Amino acid sequence: MSWLTDHVRPKLRSLLQREVPDNLWTNCESCSQMLLIKELERNKKVCPHCGHHMRATAKERLAWTFDEGQYTTIDLPKVPVDPLHFRDSKRYTDRLKASRTKAGLDESLVVAHGKISGRDAVVAVMAFEFFAGTMGSALGEAFLAACRLAVLQKAPLIIFTASGGARMQEGVISLMQMPRTVIGIQVLREAGLPYIVVFTNPTTGGVSASFAMLGDIHVAEPNALIAFAGPRVIRDTVREELPEGFQRSEYLKDHGMIDTISARKDLPALLGRLIAMLTPQQQDDTPSKTDA
Amino acid sequence: MLFSGPMRQFLDFEKSVAELETKIDELRQVSFREDDTVHHGVDIDDDVVRLSEKADKQLRVLYSKLTPLQKVQVARHEQRPHALDYIQAITTEFTPLAGDRVFGDDQALIGGLARFRGQPVVVLGNERGADTESRIKHNFGMARPEGYRKAQRLMKLAERFGLPILSFVDTAGAWPGIDAEARGQAEAIARSIDVCLSVNVPVIATIIGEGGSGGAIALAAADRVLMLEHSIYSVISPEAAASILWRDPKLAPTAAEALKLTAQDLKRLGLIDQIIAEPVGGAQRLPAQAIASVAEVVAAELSVLLKLSGEALKAKRRERFLAMTRS
Repeated sequence: MSWLTDHVRPKLRSLLQREVPDNLWTNCESCSQMLLIKELERNKKVCPHCGHHMRATAKERLAWTFDEGQYTTIDLPKVPVDPLHFRDSKRYTDRLKASRTKAGLDESLVVAHGKISGRDAVVAVMAFEFFAGTMGSALGEAFLAACRLAVLQKAPLIIFTASGGARMQEGVISLMQMPRTVIGIQVLREAGLPYIVVFTNPTTGGVSASFAMLGDIHVAEPNALIAFAGPRVIRDTVREELPEGFQRSEYLKDHGMIDTISARKDLPALLGRLIAMLTPQQQDDTPSKTDA
Repeated sequence: MLFSGPMRQFLDFEKSVAELETKIDELRQVSFREDDTVHHGVDIDDDVVRLSEKADKQLRVLYSKLTPLQKVQVARHEQRPHALDYIQAITTEFTPLAGDRVFGDDQALIGGLARFRGQPVVVLGNERGADTESRIKHNFGMARPEGYRKAQRLMKLAERFGLPILSFVDTAGAWPGIDAEARGQAEAIARSIDVCLSVNVPVIATIIGEGGSGGAIALAAADRVLMLEHSIYSVISPEAAASILWRDPKLAPTAAEALKLTAQDLKRLGLIDQIIAEPVGGAQRLPAQAIASVAEVVAAELSVLLKLSGEALKAKRRERFLAMTRS
């Protein structure tokens, strides 16, 4: 239109873009070091300086876990949406829509199957990026679908947990997902299949007090918050300073709740070893070839 | 004092009834004092009857349309019968059993053997305590991991000897403390749900007051879940929900409404089996009557469940929960 809008503004913009290369660099949330995003992603979102494990999306975890990043996700069962017609400052249905757009997922659990160290495995990943990984009826139903798939494939079930707890917008219906998911584990147990839980930051509330804490084996990423009641609630209740490292992976391991802590880079090999030893009936035994 | 026993505690919305009842008490005292000398008693007695009827009617109206938050207040009423009141009143030979055989004994979650109408049973309950001293002893009904592990032990005991399990749920929730977390509160609750779902004996859970989240469902993954008329069952307290979701603790009434936590809501949602009627003015007014109603319903349900095999019970219990919240 004018010389100003047609020539000066685009020129300014390109100048700015060259000078401020956003999307290239970020800071570690823990040690504040400047990190090249590409390098951070190559390092599975673990800070190369301090080893801090950053949050990862469900899709990233699936790609990191399966051999060659190859997997197939399954469609999740449909459940009645917003049975309580819940509304706080916003409608629950609107919050759900926003979550779907933001996370690019239908719900807070993604279920996939593929191979880990050459063996069949079903992997369910809780998506913290979707509604803080909270548990509502969709998650309950998806978890049950993952258990059924594992039984069908006679494969172990591995779940990566990440959750703020129950989804309050589903009220007591979210509470009922605690016994419902536990039933899924009982079915797995009866089928003689291993159920491995990988705790990631954070795993709290109704999720930790139901299916998360009932694994045959509990693995945790370093320094993940794993709790029933969150630290703030506890501080407000007991009015005491919380111990150093309270409710972190290492603390839980010291207190007998976690079997082992694994750095993200070592996880696929560890999971591969575990499922190989726990499901010896499978024939294609290729011992520790893929170990890192 | 003419009227001994603990003072009745009124809730804020019962103010008009409280005023009437105070007036009735005063009149009764006057009538008693004057009876020996003069004969004004008749007029006063008429007034007492008239005011009592009025109070009764007001109470009936109030309690027929309690708001969800008022239900929360009633459910938490300190003079409501608690788990031990039920156990002691409806069973004989109650023999408390203590300890989780791992760490300690938790008085917030009590249990033991007893006979219910002659039938040996295992009883479990969240006990809140009745006075300051016992409330502290029972940690206000908020159990620690050792409480849930005791519950697991007793549920397994029940299974081993073929005894039905009766649980009485009344807790604000599991104890959110440093010690509880250190000893694995989440695992203890998860495992209790697991055991509760897996035993091959009848399990009947009755929510007698407050069914607070994970701490409640640990004892309520049952064949039958019954709720008293003015009891509540929720994933979070309305006060906490108001702070978290609305960022305003004053909006607890709105949160209570939205959470659908009343017995009537849960029945409508198909999450519980039966509502047990309470006396007019709530179980706290006539505890014996409330307890007797619970005993009747539990006995009827138990006689149905006792006809089923262990395997059938387990399968139906699973189906009961799996069918929930599905389309």
